[in-house]
Amino acid sequence: MNLFKSTVGRKILMAVTGLMLVGFITVHLLGNLSVFAGADAINAYAKHLHDLGPLVWVFRLVMLLLFAVHITFGVQLYLENRAATPDNYAIQKTLVTTFSAKTMVFTGLIILAFLLYHLLHFTVQITNPEISAQNLPLVDGHLDVFTMVTLSFQKVFISLVYIVAMIALTLHIFHGLSSWVQTLGLSTGSSQDKVTYIGKIVAIAYGLAYIAIPLLLLARIVK
Amino acid sequence: MDLTLHVWRQKGPQDKGKLETYPAKNVSPDMSFLEMLDEVNDGLIKSGKDPIAFDHDCREGICGMCSQVINGRPHGKQEKTTVCQLHMRQYNDGDEIFIEPWRAKAFPIQKDLIVDRSSLDVIMQAGGYTSCHTGGVDDANAMLIPKPTADYAMDAAECIGCGACIAACPNSSAMLFTSAKVAQLAALPQGKPEARKRVLAMTQAILDEGFGNCTNHYECEAACPKGISVKFIAKLNREYLKTMIPTSTDA
Repeated sequence: MNLFKSTVGRKILMAVTGLMLVGFITVHLLGNLSVFAGADAINAYAKHLHDLGPLVWVFRLVMLLLFAVHITFGVQLYLENRAATPDNYAIQKTLVTTFSAKTMVFTGLIILAFLLYHLLHFTVQITNPEISAQNLPLVDGHLDVFTMVTLSFQKVFISLVYIVAMIALTLHIFHGLSSWVQTLGLSTGSSQDKVTYIGKIVAIAYGLAYIAIPLLLLARIVK
Repeated sequence: MDLTLHVWRQKGPQDKGKLETYPAKNVSPDMSFLEMLDEVNDGLIKSGKDPIAFDHDCREGICGMCSQVINGRPHGKQEKTTVCQLHMRQYNDGDEIFIEPWRAKAFPIQKDLIVDRSSLDVIMQAGGYTSCHTGGVDDANAMLIPKPTADYAMDAAECIGCGACIAACPNSSAMLFTSAKVAQLAALPQGKPEARKRVLAMTQAILDEGFGNCTNHYECEAACPKGISVKFIAKLNREYLKTMIPTSTDA
């Protein structure tokens, strides 16, 4: 089908899957922030997710598909673009593009590496078994996710991994959220569209909120 | 003023090529950039050396032939200006100037600063036209076109096909060029019958010719000597999306 081969079709696929993934990190962030509301809040949130049962697997399957499309075409387009630009200028100058736009494939791959670690850490729970929820005493018959999270982020290495990954995520969605309007053909003015600015502000807000969790737990401001 | 030029010299398409340094002495601030190069070439010819090969034609900023990246910027540092309209008063005595050809896989270097831009013609041949009957000329006012539509199409038609957008693009994408053509024709009644076919054929030609994909850096708009807006790329994307909607003639 043309959509999967065309230069514009794949660009649109990147934007659509990217936006859906931003939808996912929005919900994920709201869930995460419940850690600041205390142990009961995040443990209840975790229990609700668990209680969804087979729905969780449907959701995971959809996520896998979105990631597969976004990563496959992202890497493919990057390789094509490198091949189209075999030689560099002696003086390489850019005027308006951003660091974020230039590093999309790299921040994307950092996020992928982080995602794998994140799943091993909090979902499969094999990277730090001594503080994993499945090995911690149950609280009111439920897994103690709060203690797992706080003990994890009190470790400098784990917090650092999460903070670096969230900086990469912020950079990644900084370009993504400011350029999807253009890609989907909704932009009528120049790149100065209001949505561009809103997208950049949202990206920074998401980044700060995500980084706040490991940072505040590491600094023991939240216990 | 006296300048030092670092110019890309390449004997032919197969040659590796390298930057070579030349002095440009007694340059008048009233010279255009190309006239300054003419003087340097004059000196090279007189001393029995091969002059610097560069493309040029109209020398009044409308033909799109002068393709030089000057100190990392296509067409040099002056906004919305082609190399031939860039004047030496923009430079100061003692300046070092790097002059390179457009660099993209789709623009093979022929000699020194001259690249082959036929790939843009191939994109045009894929759909950058309207089919019309020959014969008597239509009455100029027979087809009504609103002024804003005519202005919009004219803004897109300002593209001179010089290739600066590709030279500036980190991906060597020809999307701004292609979008200017697609938008110009799609906006006008004469272009509507072939609009669907056109956007598919022209965007396919981008990849077939070895250009890269657009990732919204907007370097093209910043480098364009005619100030073509990236809003035309959004328009191209809209035209592409429209092709996914079935029409009565599809079924």
